[in-house]
Amino acid sequence: MKRVPIALTLLLMVALVVGCARPTPTPTPPPPKPTVAPTVAAPAMEASTPTPVVRKAVIGFTASQTGKLNVESTRQINGLTLWMEQVNAAGGLKLADGSVVLFEAKFYDDESNKDRVQELYTRLINEDKADFLISPYSSGLADAAAVIAEQYGKIMITTGAASDSTYKKGYTLVYQTYTPASRYLTGAFDLLGALDAAVKKVAIIHETDKFSTDVCNAAKAYGEGKGYEIVLFEGYDSGTADFAPFINKIPAGTEAIMGGGHFADGSTFARQLYEKGVSVKFIALLVAPPEPKFAELGDAALGIIGPSQWEPQAKYSPEAAQAAGLEWYGPTVEEFVSAYKAKFNEDPSYHSAGGYAAGLILQKAIEAAGSLETDKVKAALDAMAIMTFFGAIKFDTSAEAHGLQIAHQMVYIQWQKDAAGNLVKQVVWPAEAQSAQPLYPLSR
Amino acid sequence: MLAQILASLVDGILLGFVYGLAAMGLSLIWGVMRVINLSHGAIMALGMFGIYLTFTHLGLNPYLALLLLAPASLLFGFLVYGVAVHRIINAPYLSSLLATFAVNMMVIGIGTAVFTTSLYNVDFSLGTVRAGVLALPGTRLAAAAAAVLITAGLYLFLYRTRPGKAIRAVANNRAAAALMGIPPAQTLALSFGIGTLLAALAGGLITTFFPFTILSGSGYQSKSFVICVLGGLGNPLGALLGGLILGAMEGLIPIVLPVSWVPVVEFTLFVLILLIRPSGLLGART
Amino acid sequence: MKPWRQPGFWIPLLLILVGGGVALVVRKDTLREMTFTLLMYVALASSLNILMGYTGYVNFGHIVFFGLGGYTGFYFISRHGWHLVPAALVGGLTSALLAALLGLAVLRLRGAYFALATIGINEAARAFVNNFRPFGGPTGLFVNFAIYREYGGAPQALWLTYTLLLITTLVAVAVSYTVKNSRFGLGLLAIREDEDAAMVMGVRTPRAKTIAYVISAFFPGIIGTLFFFKNGNVEPGDAFRLHMSIEVLVMIMLGGNGTILGPVLGAAAYERLRGYLLTSPLFKSLHLAFAGLALLLIVLFIPAGLVGWLRRRFPVLRRWLE
Repeated sequence: MKRVPIALTLLLMVALVVGCARPTPTPTPPPPKPTVAPTVAAPAMEASTPTPVVRKAVIGFTASQTGKLNVESTRQINGLTLWMEQVNAAGGLKLADGSVVLFEAKFYDDESNKDRVQELYTRLINEDKADFLISPYSSGLADAAAVIAEQYGKIMITTGAASDSTYKKGYTLVYQTYTPASRYLTGAFDLLGALDAAVKKVAIIHETDKFSTDVCNAAKAYGEGKGYEIVLFEGYDSGTADFAPFINKIPAGTEAIMGGGHFADGSTFARQLYEKGVSVKFIALLVAPPEPKFAELGDAALGIIGPSQWEPQAKYSPEAAQAAGLEWYGPTVEEFVSAYKAKFNEDPSYHSAGGYAAGLILQKAIEAAGSLETDKVKAALDAMAIMTFFGAIKFDTSAEAHGLQIAHQMVYIQWQKDAAGNLVKQVVWPAEAQSAQPLYPLSR
Repeated sequence: MLAQILASLVDGILLGFVYGLAAMGLSLIWGVMRVINLSHGAIMALGMFGIYLTFTHLGLNPYLALLLLAPASLLFGFLVYGVAVHRIINAPYLSSLLATFAVNMMVIGIGTAVFTTSLYNVDFSLGTVRAGVLALPGTRLAAAAAAVLITAGLYLFLYRTRPGKAIRAVANNRAAAALMGIPPAQTLALSFGIGTLLAALAGGLITTFFPFTILSGSGYQSKSFVICVLGGLGNPLGALLGGLILGAMEGLIPIVLPVSWVPVVEFTLFVLILLIRPSGLLGART
Repeated sequence: MKPWRQPGFWIPLLLILVGGGVALVVRKDTLREMTFTLLMYVALASSLNILMGYTGYVNFGHIVFFGLGGYTGFYFISRHGWHLVPAALVGGLTSALLAALLGLAVLRLRGAYFALATIGINEAARAFVNNFRPFGGPTGLFVNFAIYREYGGAPQALWLTYTLLLITTLVAVAVSYTVKNSRFGLGLLAIREDEDAAMVMGVRTPRAKTIAYVISAFFPGIIGTLFFFKNGNVEPGDAFRLHMSIEVLVMIMLGGNGTILGPVLGAAAYERLRGYLLTSPLFKSLHLAFAGLALLLIVLFIPAGLVGWLRRRFPVLRRWLE
């Protein structure tokens, strides 16, 4: 009689222990790699040296293969994959001591979900022994991952994550590829000033997520510093579909509208601004305009300006690097674009370029450090000042904002009509990168 | 200032008609069978995708597509009632809350697998009507008109037809209605079906002017709760009025407060009304 | 009746101690992270059970206490540099205080009206925190990484958080047992069966319900502070997920509403099931649908949950499974 319950207790206990040890997420197989034979990789010119020591560097990251961030994240991962393939296909990265580093990717699906990100990065570091980390796409997920990287002392290059706040938390191992949010819309004020010095009244309406809030708070301060009057400053929830309350709140006499957030809300906002016939001279929105899909809005897209981290028309070149006194590193813009098109059959977006650039930064730092040790690579990253196809790269090394990107610049695009009446994206700012004259003022 | 008030009020009220339509379904189901239908939002999302699919793949006018959507959603309502609700209709209300929530999870789960959670748009426009300070997209006017028509139809059904009267009798007293020879199971299934139909139609109308995802329904569902309480829980026709009140509030509150405070006011009001007059501002009548 | 003589008391505690202790002994970070989530749900389910299981009041807003308590505790850590332990206690006490105030008003509502009101409270709380400047508004709060130094570095801080969570979970389950087997608990059960009758029999229902609400709200406040401290930041969207409230409800239903062991097993089983569905390539995109199907089957066919069913089916187990 007494036996049965004891056995049951034991059984339950076993069940709970099993319950605790959840099945390990099966690692998604690494992206298909070109067949590289590491030994053959040592080129002829190094024939005099003995067969090089081949070292493996595991790059850990999560991809949003499902969930709301899927599209952008996939492009970012494509860029990163392309970088890794190219490096490994070239025989790996050769270090000063003669050894060769081959990169290996380890990644999981984070489902665009913050909780999963932390669990998975812990796993990448402890189980998969990742040597270096790349961030997931989006400021929110990258911020969640950065805590883990720092807690376990691993270097993380963030990409697809512009929020400033991540770099103001006292981290020392997290480095940013993108232009930070605080400089996202400041150029729009510069452009507006160059176009029409008489315009003074600006309304700012933005999504209240971390990134857009950072952007618009900084833009507001910058605009006010330049003498603009911010006549409306409002935030909306992510997922807002009805912008009428905001549009009705825009005071009469407003000359420019700025703000937005991500693609879904930004394109809806642009559409409703058009339907409501809001007549202003200048509209600049975050994130949504550079997306090719934005053109589906038709006339509502015409004239809308948006900041972009990178565009294929961007004029970064070894000559530009020389002029700026920086070292040039990696492929040229044309090489990157054609390699990307050849592999993925689509034009690279700035997400793709950012993914590639994150790998490139890591590659350069490992090369400069001549080692895979965290301390030495960190020192190389702190000292880095280069120009790549993605633009200039340099990190803040102060204690307050360590790792913040301070050299890279935004470009601003505008949707215009070509001779045939089709919508096309043109770079309108900065002046030296212009591919077309800005359309101004908006005619509505 | 006056112009802003007018524009906001008209915008809010036009939207209020559609909100009211959505809430009517919830209110009817509550009034008749004392079930809080937590699958309401998911069914609205299904309505949205129904219109999206017929519009983009069959090129059907969204308003004609509503005529197809109506019988389909009625049948879906019967199905949900038969599978998930019928068995627990007399169980403690925790069971019906969880059962309808389980339906919600299944619909959203399958919907996410099929459509992902990306944003969809029904690219349909009726132009914009301009009158002084007002700029009213035609689709919103049409949606408000459709909501009024559907409400009138529901009224006629409930007050002029036999099954409609049976529904009201069951809502009033299920046991007594059964004694009078009204088959309770069929009547309950019919009410659930009509509730589902109303939710799906409201979802369909929303697609003509707002973009949506498979998860969009949950926001409208929360609003529907507020409206039901404003209009009187269990009083479907009051729900339309509740919708108008909510729409007007959404239009007017932003004039004095930042827009982000609107939900704080809405839901605080919701809890307060529940506390003071649980039967709702306009009381329960069916 | 000494509680530690009762198997119904020590079986759940032993289960948690063994299950949670493994990570402490093995010292593996991945195992700790997984067990953390699991223990968190066990504690949330056990504390919600004190209200929902014993009095029968369905609370969709349990996560409000997790969010607001967590926010409060986190606020003191991040803005005032408090140590985790006092901050977590303050988080718990704030939740309890809030429950006392809310309970006096909201618990007058019965049945589905109460359930509806809790949904409203959850939405109102989230919208409010979204606009509340001291809590950072929509972007939330974060801690500077440097504060981990106070705990001897990040790893130590994480282990400390884990140990505190394990203790909190044990206390929550012990309290849950004590309440159920007290005179006060019998009053709560009477409310569940028939509130009017309970009142007639001399149960002071408003007071009893409010006390149950307060006890059940105390634990989520502590857990919230621990959870957000581990994450290093808190945002309104993470703090008030209606979905999480409902998942905890499902766990209780799975294990057995109103039992002690039920929420523990239910939470473990649900987490394991979800972990499996999420990682299985076949079910990955359909995990929500399967979880919904499982919930529907339980509600329709075994409403008493696993433990309730076992107790009914095998009366001999009743002494062992409380």
